[in-house]
Amino acid sequence: MQAKTLYEKLFESHIVREEDGTYLIYIDRHLVHEVTSPQAFEGLRINHRSVWRSKSILAVPDHNVPTTDRSLGISDPISKIQVETLDENCKHFGLTQFPMNDSRQGIVHVIGPEQGSTLPGMTIVCGDSHTSTHGAFGALAMGIGTSEVEHVLATQCLILKKFKTMEVRVEGKLNKGITAKDIALALIGKIGTAGGTGYAIEFTGECIRSLSMEGRMTLCNMAIEAGARAGMVAVDDVTISYVENRPFSPKGEALEKAKAYWKTLHSDKDAKFDKVVMLNGSEILPQVTWGTSPEMVVSIEGMTPDPKNENDPSKRKSIEDALTYMGLEPNLPINQIKIDKIFIGSCTNSRIEDLREAANVIKGKKIAQNIKLALAVPGSGLVKLQAEKEGLDQIFIAAGFEWREPGCSMCLAMNADRLNPGERCASTSNRNFEGRQGQGGRTHLVSPSMAAAAGIYGHFVDIRSLS
Amino acid sequence: MNPFITHTGIVAPLDRANVDTDAIIPKQFLKSIKKTGFGPHLFDEWRYLDHGEPGMDLTQRKKNPEFVLNQTPYEKASILIARENFGCGSSREHAPWAIEDYGFRAILAPSFADIFFSNCFKNGLLPIVLSNETIDLLFKSIYANKGYTVTALKHLSKIITKKIHGYFKLERFFK
Ligand code: SF4
Repeated sequence: MQAKTLYEKLFESHIVREEDGTYLIYIDRHLVHEVTSPQAFEGLRINHRSVWRSKSILAVPDHNVPTTDRSLGISDPISKIQVETLDENCKHFGLTQFPMNDSRQGIVHVIGPEQGSTLPGMTIVCGDSHTSTHGAFGALAMGIGTSEVEHVLATQCLILKKFKTMEVRVEGKLNKGITAKDIALALIGKIGTAGGTGYAIEFTGECIRSLSMEGRMTLCNMAIEAGARAGMVAVDDVTISYVENRPFSPKGEALEKAKAYWKTLHSDKDAKFDKVVMLNGSEILPQVTWGTSPEMVVSIEGMTPDPKNENDPSKRKSIEDALTYMGLEPNLPINQIKIDKIFIGSCTNSRIEDLREAANVIKGKKIAQNIKLALAVPGSGLVKLQAEKEGLDQIFIAAGFEWREPGCSMCLAMNADRLNPGERCASTSNRNFEGRQGQGGRTHLVSPSMAAAAGIYGHFVDIRSLS
Repeated sequence: MNPFITHTGIVAPLDRANVDTDAIIPKQFLKSIKKTGFGPHLFDEWRYLDHGEPGMDLTQRKKNPEFVLNQTPYEKASILIARENFGCGSSREHAPWAIEDYGFRAILAPSFADIFFSNCFKNGLLPIVLSNETIDLLFKSIYANKGYTVTALKHLSKIITKKIHGYFKLERFFK
């Protein structure tokens, strides 16, 4: 039998039909949130169609929900309508939803895995580009547009072409303080934000095997920032022990059967990838983005680039525009950049391990004078509960952080959490685009411990220098 | 949907790489539960000097004179040209909805982000991938000739201008 990559195994086991390189693929799990679904449900209603397999769906509001006192409801009337529209659609079509005040509510990419709704071997879609997160479980997971959401709701299938395959092999051991977030940013720095376009990435190597599921999710989450619609990691014992005993995961005999199958979900030894990218984990330093695209990234030991050194005129202009927007001079050492706000959260870094990592840095300390606001936003109600059980909330609060309710929050600032024009944020989210965290806001992407340390010192510091 | 067959129009030069979906349609407009009405807020943060919110009276807003779509003759443009990785970022179909609703029919770039690319076809918008050299040449021609037009023929996968007759590849998947 021909050696296959994990992607090929996942893809081929879900083909319903093929015609000339165009495939009809069966979708096992459909995650739904309030922003990209209303028009899809409206499409169903207009065409008098129903949902093909309502059991495949898990819905949750996350983008628009307030992270402060929820008993007051949503103050923005337009956000409120969007969240209520999801409630109504779920009721009308008989779908499982964790509404805003449910203790299990949270960011869609946090709650899927947490509930065991994300399982190895599945095809998973959501009208959200960070669906790539779920690939961490040896699943084929990708973001789709609203037209496709409607199509999957109605037919349980998606029309796809095959991606090319890319192996990102990370060997070596990570140094102390270096996390999956740094691997992701270092990779994007190396291959660029379009480096993975047209590819499905599989992360392999010693370094990846040693990551927790949280770390693997962080990494796959940012595959889309490298341009790849899907990122994935092969199943191993770490995967299996994470998915066991979750509310939606199989139990008893079904679990044993599933496990046997899950263990086949890795690339065969001689499988060929269309492209291989190698990283040495032991060489990765703490990463900080300086610009307005995730590929504009350097290590904490670096400085902002000098456009004068760039010969390509279009690249030079990109650097100049980014520095202007970010309010930074060329050749400025990263550790001299002063910060106004800290955001610890988002589907990239809001899981329990991320919060532990940040809490570990700020324990017994206070945020610097120049920090106007520091937010800790757990990824889900259950993450929040767990953190509170461990006393992490008290560590954050004592340091001067605000401890909030779960949601997307200042990752994209669709709710009230946002940067004001010119404000600079050390953020654990995934996108540093212009205006992403609020119009005129300036975002630096970092790991949770680097964000926490920036909060304490008021500027970026090398996490490795802190004991 | 108004399917794309052929189109001739003025090309607006948006000389930027990595034009992301947050720039194309900022998040505050994603709160709408409709598919229409996004055009007035296409590139909102670049197009206007004030901060845009849904439901604002557009006639009262100050346009940014530096932004290409606010300059003559590009207010009449129906084709957009940009640099690499156009449409990167989120999966929001609001991005092609906004571009189409504004009045664009085609986008020329050396590369597009995957999800954006496939979303375009669902909305009668044609994203055309051309080589870096061709894109460069087109930018130069546009700057040298006010009101420069391009014709795009989808079934032939062809673009025609005064100087260039170029073909682009369109996988069968997208036809
Ligand atoms: S946390 Fe940010 S990136 Fe993740 S789903 Fe929410 S808005 Fe998107």
